[in-house]
This record gives sequence, C-alpha cells and structure tokens, in this order.
Amino acid sequence: MEEKEEELKLLGTKLSPFSWRIIWVLKLKGIEYDFIEEDLRNKSQLLLSSNPVHKKVPVLIHGGKAIPESIIILLYIEETWLKNPILPNDPYERSQALFWAKFADEKFLPEIEMAFSSTGDDQVKAVELATAALEVLEGEIKGKRFFGGDRIGFVDVVVGWIAYWLEMVEEAACFKVSNSKKFPSLHSWMNNFLEVTVIRENLPSPDDLRIFFHDLRQVKCDSLTQEIK
Amino acid sequence: MADEVVLLNAWVSPFGSRVRIALDEKSVEYQYREENLQDKSPLLLQMNPIHKKIPVLIHNGKPICESLAIVQYIDETWKDDKAPPLLPSDPYQRAQARFWADYIDKKVFSSVMGILRSPKGEEQEKAKKEFIEALKVLEEELGDKPYFGGDNFGFLDLSFVAFYSWFYSMETLVHFDIEAECPKLIEWGKRCMEKKESVAKSLPDSLKIYDFALQMRKKLGVD
Repeated sequence: MEEKEEELKLLGTKLSPFSWRIIWVLKLKGIEYDFIEEDLRNKSQLLLSSNPVHKKVPVLIHGGKAIPESIIILLYIEETWLKNPILPNDPYERSQALFWAKFADEKFLPEIEMAFSSTGDDQVKAVELATAALEVLEGEIKGKRFFGGDRIGFVDVVVGWIAYWLEMVEEAACFKVSNSKKFPSLHSWMNNFLEVTVIRENLPSPDDLRIFFHDLRQVKCDSLTQEIK
Repeated sequence: MADEVVLLNAWVSPFGSRVRIALDEKSVEYQYREENLQDKSPLLLQMNPIHKKIPVLIHNGKPICESLAIVQYIDETWKDDKAPPLLPSDPYQRAQARFWADYIDKKVFSSVMGILRSPKGEEQEKAKKEFIEALKVLEEELGDKPYFGGDNFGFLDLSFVAFYSWFYSMETLVHFDIEAECPKLIEWGKRCMEKKESVAKSLPDSLKIYDFALQMRKKLGVD
C-alpha cells in the first residue's frame, strides 16, 4: 500500500454537510490534509480555478489536481487510499451503495431544501415528498446497524447529515419529517452513527448551526415576502 | 455457471444506449427486453420498485439501476482480454470521467428535455441556450483528442455519444446547426459511429428519434 505523500487540501465550509462527508472519510482513513474555509459570498481564486464549471465546494486538491463534487471526491479517496475501505469489494454490493447514496441526494435532500426554503402549501408538499423518501430509507436500514452493515460505510457518510443537521433545519423552518415514532430504525441508526468515534469527534458546533439556519430561514422568508409584494 | 444477463430498456432512451454500448464493448451476451413505458411490465416494477425506470440490468436475477452505475458495474464484472476497460485505471482520470459524465446528466439531459417539452417561445429558447453552452463546454474538454478518453474510446465517450442520435432532433426543433457551433463534437460523433461497432449497433436512428420527438410534443400539446 503506497502512502500518498503529495499535498492534500480540502476547500469547504465548516457548516456544510457536504464538506463533512469528506472530512469524515479522510479521518476514517487516517489521511492528513489542510482544510481551507471558503467564504461563499466572496469565492477565492483557488476555488474558482479549481472548479471553474460549478464554482462550488467541496473541492479536494491532491498534489495540485482538483477533484470537485462530493460523491466523486469520496470515490477518488476510496480508490487512492486503500486503508479502511468504505465501499464493499463486490461489484454488485458496490452498485447498491452508489444507488442509495444517489437516492438520498436526489430524492430526499432536495425536498428538505425545498421545505426549508418555502412556506404554506409549497412547504407541505415538500414535507410529503421528503417523508415518502425517508420511508424508503427506513426500509433499507431496518435490521442493520449501519447502511454499510456492521461498520459505517459510503452510504452512512453520505446520509450522515440526517443524524445531525436535519433536526436543526426542521427547527429553524418549523416543519417535522424525521418523527422518531414513524422512523424507529432510522433513529436507531442516527444514535449508532453519532456514537462512532470519528463522527462524534468531528461535528460542527450545534450552536453555530442553529444560528446559521435561523438566519438563513429569515433571509428565505424575507425573499418570499418580497416575491409576493 | 452460465451468466444470465437481461437488459430492460426502451429504444429511445440514451441511458439505455449507454448500457447497450458497454455490454457490446465487453462482448457480453444478453437478453434484450423492450419496455412499454406507458404499460410497465411486472418485471420492471419488481426490479426497480423505487424509480420504476429503465434501463435496468439484471445479472443472475440481481437488478442494477441507473445507467452510469450499471456501466461501472459492467466494467468491474467483465474484465478479460475480450473486454477492454471502460474507465481509466488512474483514480484522478476516473474522477475526471465521472465528473464529466455527471455534467452530461445534469446539463445535456435537462436541456434536451427542456427543448423537447417546451412550446416554442422563451422557455424553449432558454433550454436551447443551455444545450449549446453545455456542448461548447464539452467540446472544450474534448480538445484535439480523438476521443474523450484520449486515444481510446471509454466511459465518457459512451456516456455522451448516447445523446448523438438526439442531435438531429434538437437542431431541427430549435433551428440551429451543431456542426457550425461545435465542429469537433460532430467530428467526434461521426468517428464513434464509424469506428466503433458497439456505437453503430446501439444507437437508435436519428430520424426515428425525431418522429418520436414530434409525437411526444403532440401528445404534450406543445406543438
């Protein structure tokens, strides 16, 4: 197993779950890196030159080579540092992990974003769609300690935000999807996930998150009111 | 033990074409099943209960969904002299190929659907602009290479060439000439069709796609 000695930088933001996905996997694999906090209202030259197409974080820069898009970064890390794999060896099991990660990112996450950014009927509709997606995830986690089986894996890291960020998002925007009575298996998973040492020791401050979401919700509601005027 | 490989597809789907090209590149024998998307088969609903979409690859009874995941599965499962690798072996080049395939899914597909589904007017013009911009970005990525994969046809080539049969429809629906805007892309598309049997066999005829597009627009009431 080769040690990759080249310089490793992660451009991200400390409040975004997409950055934390990467941090968790780097920590799980014991990889050293420098974290560079980006101000998204004033993007750095490094970010704009590293991800000229989307101009988004996170971006991993390894020996000067830039890799954007969190899922693609996770796969790159997995294929470059072979210690503590987060994906199964078997191609079929691997395809299933990729499927679930995509499902969560495309069917659940956008609905939560919508619920957070809307009010009234639009919010109700988003909550319904989010709930339906969460029911599917509940079915998938049932009977398992983690999505990855006995140890946390790719899917756990991708959906990990549900165990920590979701509650604060719901509080700030006054809606509730992750009802523990309705989703008992997911709630067990959330506890299991947060108990993993690498995760427990690598989470943003809950107060910072609460303030951030509260302020962001204000901004969203103000702009909605502007639209109506 | 003989492998049983089944592909559930619809002939118009560029996503299905990707899988057909990949299977052909690897000389995999499979059973093709055409799905009627207005009347989905019990097998499709059973194999892809969550999205109920094609393509679905069923390998010895186990389903794999989502075209890019299927292509990666094919690449990892069939690996021998008959079966050249589709993805590069270097992790950084793999990341690049995945990035651009994701870009195609996000920007090319959505703008094609935008052009297809919108009535003539502002919305369709907006989709046209997005489509041309995406093509230009991809042409820049291609540069002077014969294929996106370099000297050899690979994952990114097959991910994008699947849309080649839709070019005629796009040009005709919104009146522009892709060759004038992106000559290198057209050269590349023609190269894929001429040099790669898997591509020529797997892509539906452009005129048939255009017929389908017109029928769809009539059904949607946008024409």
